[in-house]
Amino acid sequence: MDALPQIKPSMMARFKDSHFWHSFKRDRVAQFCFGIFSLALLLAIFAPLIAPFDPYDSAQIDIMNSELPPSWEAEGDAQFWLGTDAQGRDLWSTILYGTRVSLTIGICAVMLQAFLGIIIGLAAGYIGGRVDSLLMRIADVQLSFSTMMVAIIVLAVFQAAFGTELYQQLAMVMLILVIGIAEWPQYARTIRASVLAEKEKEYVDAARVMGFGTARIMFRHILPNTLSPILVISTVQIANAIIAEASLSFLGLGMPVSQPSLGSLISSGFEYIFSGAWWITVIPGLVLVALVLVMNLLGDWLRDVLNPKLYKG
Amino acid sequence: MPLLEVNNLEVCFGLRQGSVTALRDISFQLERGERLGIVGESGAGKSVLGFSIINLISRPGFINKGEVLFEGKNLAALKNKEMRTIRGNRIAMIFQDPMMTLNPVLTIGDQMVECLRAHRKISKQDARVISLQKLKQVYIPSPDTRLDQYPHELSGGMRQRIVIAIGLLLDPDLIIADEPTTALDVTIQAEIMELMVELCERNNVALILITHDLGVVSEVTQRTIVMYAGRVIEEGPTKEIINDAQHPYTQGLINALPQMALPGQRLNQIRGTMPGLNDLPSGCAFSPRCDYVLPACHEAIPALTKSGGCNVACHLVTEQNNLSEVNE
Repeated sequence: MDALPQIKPSMMARFKDSHFWHSFKRDRVAQFCFGIFSLALLLAIFAPLIAPFDPYDSAQIDIMNSELPPSWEAEGDAQFWLGTDAQGRDLWSTILYGTRVSLTIGICAVMLQAFLGIIIGLAAGYIGGRVDSLLMRIADVQLSFSTMMVAIIVLAVFQAAFGTELYQQLAMVMLILVIGIAEWPQYARTIRASVLAEKEKEYVDAARVMGFGTARIMFRHILPNTLSPILVISTVQIANAIIAEASLSFLGLGMPVSQPSLGSLISSGFEYIFSGAWWITVIPGLVLVALVLVMNLLGDWLRDVLNPKLYKG
Repeated sequence: MPLLEVNNLEVCFGLRQGSVTALRDISFQLERGERLGIVGESGAGKSVLGFSIINLISRPGFINKGEVLFEGKNLAALKNKEMRTIRGNRIAMIFQDPMMTLNPVLTIGDQMVECLRAHRKISKQDARVISLQKLKQVYIPSPDTRLDQYPHELSGGMRQRIVIAIGLLLDPDLIIADEPTTALDVTIQAEIMELMVELCERNNVALILITHDLGVVSEVTQRTIVMYAGRVIEEGPTKEIINDAQHPYTQGLINALPQMALPGQRLNQIRGTMPGLNDLPSGCAFSPRCDYVLPACHEAIPALTKSGGCNVACHLVTEQNNLSEVNE
């Protein structure tokens, strides 16, 4: 038997050679967006280490400190860089924790969407026929209810049925489930469309001729070839999920005030905006806008890189 | 017992306008290690025949009648699960376009190892060693680096060699090659065909070569089947068919080869086009294009009858044979 070769170009070397890396190096906007996004991600992950206060710990909150403006304003306190909210929590710490909550919900909800959407989309596209019609009609029905409507009904019913206390404990899980389930058809449709194109290609015939089973062909051969639309849609969907969560929180159906997300922070500050405490709403609002914008721009860039033939107007 | 025996195979496609018969009454036999060519124009049913042998006609097509006996087992009636142990394992298939038949996102090694491990219980390391051996058999330069490369990093000829290596991975008894060299340029084409003949002879593998190129068929195969509109119209040893074609259609095909035309003259061609399968003329399907058409040709479909060393389905040939018998 022959000796086994061990010359394998490393992943890193392959990556540095790729079109992906080259276009990233040339695109300032992409670099900037990626920078901001990774910064937000790092801040969110290490929030407990970075934040000067723990907004979940009521012992650290003093109601006497409430509604202090940011430190650069005349009445500001140097202790609270971005001021405090109505309950006297340090706004900087609360935003860090809020970003953490928002990103967790966004990413987990999208993972759930992707999980459902990929399985359903692959099955519909590859098996076709009746399975396809059935699954896609279900998707149509799901899409005909707006995400907001589904979320509001489910969350409101849950709150009414099981009480606010249980709801507050399970708020994050509920939000992930609701946003995840309400948006899977986006994935399913995108994936089905690319599966329909992929399954006509000869490598799928070749795989069938080799005697591979349906599941193996679907997941190992077709799925990797539909990865680029999945990546693109994921960035946009995370941004959408974060917005959806923020809107629900703003309506009082999202995260409770004791564990605020960016959305519930904005909403809690809204009551005080006319008494002059603009920072409670505006600063988290800016963070949210920046986060969503950066993700959408990254998604656009990704789409251009992965589909070089796309017309760029 | 022959390796492969196809008896009265009929394949239909259920379309909205009604069912269309793509293959009618196809019968032939193939011995171990024999090389058979299937020739015909586009749409004659060559590829459908290839796919129906491994029972992989995609919907709305289906095998309506007949049997495909592989070592005595009827593949047309086999369950999908059993069929999968034969596909790739005992019967391999090679397609036209090597650019398309390899999965673009998996390395060559991954694809070969996966194929081996789908049919045999062996470790990844062993599978890699076998893959390497097969790549050496098809004369790929520096095979160990190729294993970790992606299909787009290789040239067309190299990819077709890899596809052949994948076909040989599990030491099949039969390879069905569906126009394996059409997408390659002429020099590479000759190399690949030579390679296939060598590999088939060395491993005693039978080959069914589906092509529209009579030149390739004459170099590679021992026996040839000529198809027209879903039927076998002439069948016999390749040498006899090339040198002494009896069916007017086969004669036309041979005359249409570029080397048959005289210098300074236009290339020969068969006038007209093949009829669609849903509006076949009555009688012989070739009659509207045939120069020697007889009244009988419009009435009855000629049966495949023995004539010399070949079997031919043509009223003219039958009549001439009858006449010569009478004269004797």
